[in-house]
Amino acid sequence: MHWEIEITLFIVLILVALISLAVRNLLTAVVTLTVFSFAAALLYVVMGAIDVGFTEAVVGGGITGVLMVVLIFKTSRRSSD
Amino acid sequence: MKSNEDNPITTLISSIVAPFILLFGMYIIVHGHYSPGGGFQGGTMLAASVILIRLVLGSEVGQLQFNSTWGTPLGSLGVLIYFGTGLAAVFFGGTFLNYHFLPIAQEASMKRSLGILFVEIGVGLAVMAILIAVYDDLLGEEPDA
Amino acid sequence: MKYINYFILLVFLFLLIYASTGLPNRGDLDSVVNRDRSPSGTQNASSYYIRNAYKDTHTPNMVTAVLADYRSYDTLGEETVILTAGLICFLLLRRRRKDDEE
Repeated sequence: MHWEIEITLFIVLILVALISLAVRNLLTAVVTLTVFSFAAALLYVVMGAIDVGFTEAVVGGGITGVLMVVLIFKTSRRSSD
Repeated sequence: MKSNEDNPITTLISSIVAPFILLFGMYIIVHGHYSPGGGFQGGTMLAASVILIRLVLGSEVGQLQFNSTWGTPLGSLGVLIYFGTGLAAVFFGGTFLNYHFLPIAQEASMKRSLGILFVEIGVGLAVMAILIAVYDDLLGEEPDA
Repeated sequence: MKYINYFILLVFLFLLIYASTGLPNRGDLDSVVNRDRSPSGTQNASSYYIRNAYKDTHTPNMVTAVLADYRSYDTLGEETVILTAGLICFLLLRRRRKDDEE
């Protein structure tokens, strides 16, 4: 039904996941992970699971990003490998 | 987190937006019967509002809003509300978490609806307090406790 | 090492694509989980919820009714997990004043 939107979101999902794996700056990795969970939330909403999408957007896009940024400020900013 | 510089834009925008996020979180908790939402999502939004104030305005203002010593007790209180709702049903002759036996003078389906509301409030309180407590513990800045 | 990582990723990609071909289509009314009766002839739980959720709990949102009423043990366990995570962060990460002075 909405297969064009879904294909676009899947492509964005995979691209953002690969970027967050490959990038060396951990702050960029956190931002791309936030984008990843936002795309996942949109995907859930398109699939019809509005509750799951809502939870994913609030938790993955809001709280997890903040907590990971706090952790980066407490430790180091560069990836070691 | 210490704010390094007082940026007027972030200060203004976050102090305007944060009360609305708080209100929306409460709306989501209470309105979970009729629309997508519920205790977990609403509690997370309440925590997001408090953490936004802490991030932008600094820990001193954040402590005035929500003292970091409240986190774990409020989280335990939320779980106790949930557990107490189930236990009240046991005391009034039912099984655990069977809201049909709650001592409310309503018809049966409304009793269950109100039981769901109590449970959602407990979940929301617990999730909000625990998320703020985790943030405070990660930051490690304890005020004079 | 890096090539081994990408090789494992590719293997899992093809494994997942192969597995997804065996799944029923989304919203397929003829798949087993969406039927009114299970293969053994008893009524499925989901069809019971759809029929009786509003009658039992006076709650139009069926997801909330299932999460907080029919499956409330599950939600209680979930909340206990969250509380345990918070307590562990409290015990591990919070510094006491005495340790700083020593």
